[in-house]
Formats: sequence, C-alpha cells, structure tokens
Amino acid sequence: MPTFVRTEKCDGCKGQDRTACMYICPHDLMKLDKDGSETGHAMKSYNQEPEQCWECYSCVKICPQNAIECRHYADVVPLGGSVQPLRGTDSIMWTIKFRNGNMKRFKFPIRTTAEGSIDPYAGKPTADMSKIEENGFFNHNEQNGYREGDRSELIKL
Amino acid sequence: MAEFGNPEVIEENVDILLIGGGMACCGTAFEIPRWAEGTDLKIKLVDKAAMDRSGAVAQGLSAINTYIGTEQDPADYARMVSNDLMGITRDDLAYDLGRHVDESVHLFEEWGLPIWKTDENGERHDGSKGMTPLKDGGKPVRSGKWQIMINGESYKWIVAEAAKKALGIDRIDERIFIVKLVNDKNDPSRIAGAVGFSTREDKVYVYKAKAILLAAGGCVNIFRPRSVGEGTGRAWYPVWNAGSTYSMAAEAGAELTLMENRFVPTRFKDGYGPVGAWFLLFKAKATNAFGEVYMDRNKEMLDDYPPYGQAAVPASCLRNHLMLKEMKEGRGPIYMDTVTALANLRETLSPREVKHLEAEAWEDFLDMCVGQCGIWVGENIEPEKKNSELMPTEPYLLGSHSGCCGIWVSGPTDVGAPNEETEAGVPEHLPSGWNWGYRGMTTINGLFTAGDGVGASGHKFSSGSHAEGRMCAKSMVKYCLDNKDFTPELDTPVEQLVEEIYKPVRTYLEHKDYTTAIDVNPNYITPKMLQFRLQKIMDEYVAGVATYYTTNAEMLKVAGEKLDMLKEDAEKMRAKDLHELLRAWENYHRILTAEAHMKHIEFRQESRYPGFYYRADKNFVDEENWKCFVNSVYDKNTKEWTCFKRAHVDLVDKSKLFK
Repeated sequence: MPTFVRTEKCDGCKGQDRTACMYICPHDLMKLDKDGSETGHAMKSYNQEPEQCWECYSCVKICPQNAIECRHYADVVPLGGSVQPLRGTDSIMWTIKFRNGNMKRFKFPIRTTAEGSIDPYAGKPTADMSKIEENGFFNHNEQNGYREGDRSELIKL
Repeated sequence: MAEFGNPEVIEENVDILLIGGGMACCGTAFEIPRWAEGTDLKIKLVDKAAMDRSGAVAQGLSAINTYIGTEQDPADYARMVSNDLMGITRDDLAYDLGRHVDESVHLFEEWGLPIWKTDENGERHDGSKGMTPLKDGGKPVRSGKWQIMINGESYKWIVAEAAKKALGIDRIDERIFIVKLVNDKNDPSRIAGAVGFSTREDKVYVYKAKAILLAAGGCVNIFRPRSVGEGTGRAWYPVWNAGSTYSMAAEAGAELTLMENRFVPTRFKDGYGPVGAWFLLFKAKATNAFGEVYMDRNKEMLDDYPPYGQAAVPASCLRNHLMLKEMKEGRGPIYMDTVTALANLRETLSPREVKHLEAEAWEDFLDMCVGQCGIWVGENIEPEKKNSELMPTEPYLLGSHSGCCGIWVSGPTDVGAPNEETEAGVPEHLPSGWNWGYRGMTTINGLFTAGDGVGASGHKFSSGSHAEGRMCAKSMVKYCLDNKDFTPELDTPVEQLVEEIYKPVRTYLEHKDYTTAIDVNPNYITPKMLQFRLQKIMDEYVAGVATYYTTNAEMLKVAGEKLDMLKEDAEKMRAKDLHELLRAWENYHRILTAEAHMKHIEFRQESRYPGFYYRADKNFVDEENWKCFVNSVYDKNTKEWTCFKRAHVDLVDKSKLFK
C-alpha cells in the first residue's frame, strides 16, 4: 500500500543533504535518487521498498511540495480511490475520493498549542532527590493525575 | 575516509543510554533530566528513525486506551488486565502503572494534545474547543471503560517535541540502529554497553554505559501476513517493530516471560482499522454472514473457560474463539454491522449531530490507520450504506497492547508482591520474588525496559508506556548514583563487534560477482527471502493463519529443526547497502524472537489463550498445573533456551470481576 512521488512536484528538497521524506519515514523507505541512476529522475525521491510501506502517511504529511500521495496496495484494493491530507499547524484537512467518484472532506484539530511552543519545565518544580525511591514523578504529581488507590484492595499487605 | 564495507568506528562513553524513541523513551527523556540535574550523569538517546514519527504511535492514534480517571481504582485496572490475559499477569506492575499513568495523560493535554470532552448535556466535543482540561475535572469522552477519545493525528509529534526539548538535541542521535547489547567483561550479569550502526553513513557506534533502557517496541512480521504483495507492509502493529527489544535482551542474558503469549487482533479486514470505537462508541455488533451476533450465538462456549469467559467483558482471546467457530464452520464472512449501528444512532440525533457522527467515524481511521480508508474508498464502502468485513490478523508479539510477552522486570515494593519463589526449577543465578532491585530493571544489572519490553502486564498502551519510561528514568538515575565507581568494560573487543555488525556487508562484497543475478547466489541469502522463510515456518507450524492458529508438539518439533537451519543461514545474510543492513539485523532479531515464542508454546502444556493459539494435543486450560508464568533465559554461546515456571500470585481480589 505504497506512497509514490509525483515527478513534476518533487524538487528533491532543493538539493539539501536529506529530503523531508527521508528524514521522517519511520521505516527508512524514502530515498533521494541524486543522479537518476535508480529511477531515471535525478534529484527526486522515491519509495525504495513499497511492499514494506505501512502507509503511515508521515512522508505525505511532511512533504513541502505536496508531491507524495498513496496508491493503495494493488494486491488488495481496486483502483481509483484516493485519501489525501493537507496538514497545517493546528488542523489537518482530508480529501477523500471514492472509486465511484463520490467525495468527502473532513477537517480535524491536531493540536491546541503552537508548534514548537512546548516549554517542558516551565512553571514546574525541580526534582526532590530525597524522594527518588518514592512513587510519583519529579513534578510532585502536580498534574493531579496520581491515583493513590484504596489500599484495602491489596490483599497481600 | 569511511566507505561501504569499511565503516568509521565512533566510541562514546555515557552513563545512561536510551535505546528507542517511542512513547516509553520519550517519557524517560522528559523525566530524566530533572533527576539528573547536578549529577554530571551523561545521557544519550538513540533512535533508529526520527523521534517525531517513530514507534507505534508514529501515525497517530484516535484514542488513549489507558486513562484511569477519578472514578476507578488502580486495582480495578489490574483486575481488567489480568482477566483479559487469562489470569496470568503481574498485579504489582499493572497496579503501579494504573496509579501513575494519568499524570502523563494530563501532561499530553498541557502540551497541546486535543482531548474530546463531554459537556453538561452529555454532548461530545472535539479537543479544540478549550473546555476544562482533565487535570481540572474536565470530562473525557469514554469509548470504553478505560479509553478516552482524542484528535490524535499529531500525538507522537507533540510528545516527541516535549521529549526533545527536555533532553536537548545534542543528547539525541537519530537514524542509528542498535543491534547488540554488550555485557560487562568482569561481571556477565551486568550490562556494559551497546553497539549499532548508522543507516545513513558508513559508521558503527559503540556506546559504553552503566545503565541502559531498552525500549525498541514489540515484534511484527514473524508470521506470514494475510497480504503478501504490496500489502505486506500493512501490518496491524507497525512493521518496523522487529523484536529488537526481546532478542537483544535475551542475548544479554535477561529473563523473558510469557513469550508464548501473542495478540491476534480482530480488525477491519485488509486495512486493519481499529474496531474499538465501533463496538464501544457507536454500539455496533459483529455478526456472521447471516446477521447472527456470534457473541450471543456461541455464548455457552465462554463457559468452557471459567472464570475468564464469565467476566462482563470476556478475555480478548475468547472473543476470537467464538468468532473462529463461525469462520471454521462456514458461516463467514464476519461483518461489523455499521449500517444498523449508524441508523440506530440517527434516530435520536439532530442532523448536525449526525454529520458530526460521520466525521467521528472517519476520523477514527484517519488519525491512526489511513490504510483502512484506502480500502473503503477503493471498494466504495460508506459505513452507513454498506457493512465492512472483520478478520483476525496474523499473530503479533507485544507487551504494551493486549498482549503480555516481554522481559521479567523488578516491580514496586509497596503492593504486597512476593519476595520468594515457590516454583522449583528456576536457574540459581536468577532473583527470587518480584522486586530485586530497581523498578523496571531486568535480571541483568543496569538493563532496564519499558513499554512493549515489560512482560506479564499488558494494556498499558501509549500513555502507560510513557509513564513506565518515566518510572525507569528515576530508577536509572538512582542506579548510576549507587554505582558511581563502576566503570563498564565491554566483554568483546570493539574490532570483533564491528566485524559482527558488518558481516552481511562483507558477505555481499566477497561474493557479489559470483553470479550475474544479484539476488540469486548460493553464497548468501537476501534479508527479504530469509524473512519469507521465517514467516512460512511460523505460519505453517507455529499456529499462524494457515492452520487457524493451531499447532501441536510434533509441528513445533519440525519448526524447531527448520528454525535451527534458518539461524545458521542467518549468518549468511547479505547487505548490498545500508538499507539492507538494517533489514538484515531486523530479521536477525525477528528469528530469535520467533524462536522464543516457539519454545514457550512448546513448554506450556496447555492452550492458555484459545482464539490466539491452540495446542491441538493439549486443547484445554489447565488451572491446576499451568496458572503460572513461563519464563526463559537464552545462552548466546550455546544458543540454547532454558524454560521454567514461576509461581503466579494474585495481589488484588479477582473474584470481584464475577459478582
């Protein structure tokens, strides 16, 4: 169920050392064909092992040129459908096209804070080393999520 | 200058090495810098992919499957975990996870993960509406007793951002695949380092470390998948989970547990889209070809497996067991009746709510399993008009989802866990009791694990894996502070380790010109063909889909002979480039994990998980003799496994499930 790269859209991430799709693919599938010797298309990416593609869409979502799409796996799925995202900073838009031509569009939120804005320790206490062997975490359970539990449930105590 | 076949060797000394970049290691990466402040401890995280999209949550998720909330007790959670896994789990581990996990969920929301909420009228809202956070009493949308719905496309992206910022980019190496752990030269029961290679450059990395967190996921693709063309990659669990956690731990001498356990999820056919929201949120029923609900039709079969079949929610494997009866007796295909479910919901909803409902149904797939939408669009399936087929998948090995294989780890000390072992036959060098040191440490000193690595618990999922990683952060810092004077020394010379890692490359370069066809050569085997052979053996002899998950002692014996030869041939794997070297080592890890699975099934003289696998020659659950853990150790020199029993003890009262 592999991704494919559109020749007229891919710009090889403008000759940088690594392309966005190579950077992100969790399974090391995307490869930049620098000299065109693998695909006949120099300085463009391709999926080097399509039968190992999980179709996680990581490359599709990250491509700055929107050059990557999925052709759902040919040994299982009839041709003609497509599922294509456009991922923004706070939401993702999906355009869904059925084999019979029907269309659907959906938009879903993806995060409520600005990308890159997480300040992991802002306003959080430091760890208390005297408590390193106790239950709980460095921030003294300030997240209000530690569930002490009813000790009488523990029948071997 | 390094070139293919002649890698540059980079040696680095650290105190704490984190192997993996998924939810567990992200938890550690967030928690550990605070405890290490002012200690001078050197920490490094190594991921074979990019943390933004690595691990099982890479694609996203539509739910957080473990959220305890204020209305349930950690003991309730431990009970559920136990029953779903047929009574044999470590209550100490599940209970401890249950009391910690919500801390991580509340952090995810603080960092920006949108979590669905229910308003005072009971209406559902997506997570972008700025409603009261969970931390301050906001009400989540429960899609089950333990699950809450999220808009989780960027779940991993968000969690990784916090982890990367907390730890710092200079303490993270991406695209390095660790393939072997190295024990200490002077003390084989201690860990001393790990070695791996870059998948981008001709470089081998040798890390010495006092403490190592091994959290590299579960194991996928050891069984022949139902789709064998392009669809091979559409595994239910991520295809990049190659059993590295289990195999590297085993080779280091760590004790494994319940490696006979597997998970065979029933999912939407071919795309393997999630069914949880359909069953629990949309109240859909699964039926046979004639519209009969098999859970009702075959209800009496649950009584064959007391008490596990008699809980309000029967164990997952038993639900498969009831479905398989329909398939075997020719009443398939099995359908999820989406049409009736959505029609029923429409009766009470406004048009606006109906539109929202349709979006929710699609988002369930789009957030975590786009491939299922691919099936739907290709086959013109709109769920309100046409039902979808369900199918039990090929088997998977994991410890964080609805499975419990993994590594035997030291648990908490305050919940009444046993301090002695009552079963005979445990090798003398292994600890007694369930807590022998640092929380999350394996039976190898300094080697820790979390997430899919921790066996005998299960149902921790994404949030629990993160929390477990955080627990390990504390104990690894403590371990290092307690072992200040220890200087790790590798038990194998670096040159030898480099040779072992690059052996598939050497084999290729030496023999590549012997034949005119690069893939057909008597001197080597490609990683791909080796994987096909492994999958064929496991599928046909070790209870894969080919035999409806059935095996017996004789079939396992044949499998053992074939796996022995496969292990020998694994020494002849070739790698024509770094990408293939990655595949070669992943498959080496798969073979050892598969062998552990086979040996454990052979040792356990019963069928503990009907619906996941059957020993036709021992087709019963034997509570008297086998309500125990099956554990094992591997000797990397003799290449032999030793399996043994450990006693099971209940720490919470399970009878409450059946009242």
